[in-house]
Amino acid sequence: MINTFIGNLGHFMVILAFVSAIITAWSYYQYTIVPETEKASWRKFSRIFFYIHAVSAVSIGVILFNIIYNHRFEYFYAYSHSSEALPVHYMISSFWEGQEGSFILWIFWDVLLGLFLIHTNKSWEGPVMVVFSLVQAFLVSMILGVVIGDLKIGSSPFILLRDVANAPIFQMNPDFVPEDGTGLNPLLQNIWMVIHPPTLFLGYASTLVPFAYLMAGLWTGRYKEWIRPALPWTIFSASILGMGIIMGAYWAYVTLNFGGYWNWDPVENASYVPWLIIVASIHTMITFKKSSTALKTSIVLVITQFILVLYATFLVRSGVLGDTSVHSFTDLGLSGQLLIYLFFFLFVAIFFSVRAWKDIPSSEREASVYSREFWIFIGATVLSLMAFQVILPTSIPVYNAIIEAFGGISNMAPPADQVEFYTKFQLWFGVVVALLTAVGQFFWWKKMDKAALKSALVTPYIISLLLSAIIISLAQVWNITYMIIVMAGTFTVVANATILTKLLRKSTFKLAGGSLAHIGIGLMLIGIMFSSGYSDTVSINMSGLTYKRDWEDELNKENVLLWVNQPLQMKDYEVVYRGRHKKLEGVPGYVSVRKLEMTGQQNKAIALEDIVIDEETYHKKGDEVDIVLEENSYFEIEYYQDQQLQFTLFPMSQPNPTMGLISSPDSKHYLNKDLYTHISAINSYDDPEWGEDKEYKATPGEQFHLGDYVTTFEGGEVVENVDGVELKEGDVAVKANLVVQDHDRQIRLEPIFLIRGNQVGRIPVTNHDLGIKVQVDNISPESNQFIFTVNSHQKDYVVMKALVKPYINVLWMGTIVMLMGFAVAIYRRYDEFVKMRDKGLE
Amino acid sequence: MKKGHIIGLGIIAVAIVIIISSIGDASSYESFSTAKEMASNGDEDPIHVVGHLKKDSRGTVTGLEVGEDKTSFTFTMVDNDGTEQQVYYNEPVPADFTRSEQVVVIGAYKTDQMFVADKILMKCPSKYQDNEFREVTASKK
Repeated sequence: MINTFIGNLGHFMVILAFVSAIITAWSYYQYTIVPETEKASWRKFSRIFFYIHAVSAVSIGVILFNIIYNHRFEYFYAYSHSSEALPVHYMISSFWEGQEGSFILWIFWDVLLGLFLIHTNKSWEGPVMVVFSLVQAFLVSMILGVVIGDLKIGSSPFILLRDVANAPIFQMNPDFVPEDGTGLNPLLQNIWMVIHPPTLFLGYASTLVPFAYLMAGLWTGRYKEWIRPALPWTIFSASILGMGIIMGAYWAYVTLNFGGYWNWDPVENASYVPWLIIVASIHTMITFKKSSTALKTSIVLVITQFILVLYATFLVRSGVLGDTSVHSFTDLGLSGQLLIYLFFFLFVAIFFSVRAWKDIPSSEREASVYSREFWIFIGATVLSLMAFQVILPTSIPVYNAIIEAFGGISNMAPPADQVEFYTKFQLWFGVVVALLTAVGQFFWWKKMDKAALKSALVTPYIISLLLSAIIISLAQVWNITYMIIVMAGTFTVVANATILTKLLRKSTFKLAGGSLAHIGIGLMLIGIMFSSGYSDTVSINMSGLTYKRDWEDELNKENVLLWVNQPLQMKDYEVVYRGRHKKLEGVPGYVSVRKLEMTGQQNKAIALEDIVIDEETYHKKGDEVDIVLEENSYFEIEYYQDQQLQFTLFPMSQPNPTMGLISSPDSKHYLNKDLYTHISAINSYDDPEWGEDKEYKATPGEQFHLGDYVTTFEGGEVVENVDGVELKEGDVAVKANLVVQDHDRQIRLEPIFLIRGNQVGRIPVTNHDLGIKVQVDNISPESNQFIFTVNSHQKDYVVMKALVKPYINVLWMGTIVMLMGFAVAIYRRYDEFVKMRDKGLE
Repeated sequence: MKKGHIIGLGIIAVAIVIIISSIGDASSYESFSTAKEMASNGDEDPIHVVGHLKKDSRGTVTGLEVGEDKTSFTFTMVDNDGTEQQVYYNEPVPADFTRSEQVVVIGAYKTDQMFVADKILMKCPSKYQDNEFREVTASKK
């Protein structure tokens, strides 16, 4: 029976959240402009409505999760994003698989931030919350799902399946509820996908805070004062958004199949660009706090970062990227709404800025080359140019859309090789940024002139040259561009480490944020250079057996075909594919499919033999075992060097009914490199095409060729027990012992021949790895021969790709150091804000 | 000439370089016939061609030939002008390839018979459009 109540409740909560956001905006506006005597009552009224908004916004999320959690497949959202078999943590992922869910997440974070701001601000509460409530109204409108004639406002997560799917079943039975949902995209079934979206959206949501402070400042004429409260939040934004982006990169590295962590895909770029601008704005805001310059620049940058987040949202969700991105959302027809949202705030921001522009203090002093303001300004400029360089080509589909909207024809396409194109620029920008962070820090902490600068820089410079020389020669970096990157990165790390030690000696850890973050950036630069620039494809077929057309010679084959048990030499390794495995509940490692018999029930199998891992028996033969996500197969790949088994990897692959082959890589992690392996194609496991029956005759002890395999027939023996067959008095069961030699493995096949009176029964054996089925057809006692019928299909195989990513750990380490630096800086700036607020000097 | 002006000019110069190079490196959407023309004029830059896979009357993809070592394949693609072209791709067949509604190949002609794709983008029917409900035996939990 369909439960329509809960969906209606959810829809009501959406409408309530929308209306209460508008009322809150209006009443906070009143609170801001009324005279002091009336403020208290307005404030109370505004807060009550914001709490109503908060409760309804949180309820939306709770109700949607309830629909998913209770498998209410009569709802479209649950049907299309989840399924019965999902564990709870993946239900959380399905919550934000759809656009509506991610909007709810965004709304939720804004509510939390809003509540926090209400209780930590005094004079800023009114104007800041006006901006907040307006943004909330726009965000909630995205999930309103109200249709007026042809006008559709928002896309509701609470629609029933029968209202969307025009399947005939609903005409016959409107109360039909599907047995199961279509499930969660397997690529998202990963722990990083549980935590990456909330982090990213908290980053996006928090970009509103500095923007709201700025708007409040421009509106109420406090052109300078907004910087202090906004600064910790800007750093917070940069760190959370940065963390979200890196988590996404890490997820791609462990889950996706493009062989890396960053692909310069439009969707990735859309998150990277606002981050660069946020980082630039942190720098100009800090400069202003120190020396009252760069205020106008800060204003422009804070507006830009907020608008860029909206623009990124538009790019990803409007469908405009259609055929240029691998993973943009499907178009829900919200593009018009998103554009209105973007232009509304762009217009408001420009309006207030222009109105206040002539009154905004700016310093007439020309910054000297030896002043920190000059260097910080250059740094912010470089970061902005970096952002510009990425957003310009990423927006090519948008230009096409605009030109076509005006009836023109544009056939411009994004650069054919995105990675090469963006890297070409960003790499040199990265070098410049690294050098600036090194030099800039010295200017920051000290008054500088020529002589002082020289003496301050000479030691770190020499140390970093020595270090670079060591790194370059040990890691054999013989490419001039990469050498420069190593030097720039090392210089950053060394120079900032020098500053850091000085700071720690002289004062508290509180001031160390900047130098820590910069050390992180330097490490990241080096890590990125090594892991991408020296990423080496090792899956090159060295066996001499190749199949090429003449013009293919210049194309490198980066995948190798591995037949089961058949070793193949590729570069430094010999690899052998050993067959498929499954993951079992409560059993460490993986279990070969040869030991399991599928029952046909979901995620259930019978153990065909004892399951023993590291001398510990987890299941006995005949036990029913639980498989973790039955459709996932893990392919055992052994890596040998000098005949020694080095390690075994288990890349995953899932033939998905709706999405084709979904694969996730597996990597061997060393301290100084990762060996990354992924499956690019597998032999299908549906009913194989069996060939013709072949007949073989063999006497005990005889060797013969079974297809391609040398096979020994050891002889027959009478057995007392046969699995699955009740033996009666007088029955004779004979087992034939065959040993098949497959390269370095011996595989035993034991078909059984039953005699009951004058009837015979044959129990064949099938081995999917070898692709053979053998049965004893007959036994002729006079010639002592067994007659076998053998049928074969293609052997199992995988096509895989393997890459070595050197020093990728330096990148992850740099990320962590950078985030630590951000955390220290947030603490320091927030502390400042609280102290000044309590003095009444907000 | 103030320093601020010099910096401003520098920024403008870099921005102009970025714009020009973006335009220069931008690829273009072509049809197979214009792509062939470009190739015969010695222009080897990779371009985008939008089209779909050739299918027979029953909707099965025709002309898909997987290489012997399964690490590359050729297929027949029909562009939006209706031109058929054999395309070679030096990677295993991508997941869901045969179900794609639309294919974008990025590459160039290597010989006049063979278009070699460096990259393939696919638009697959979204899973929200299949109106068949899978019959799933409810697992008793």
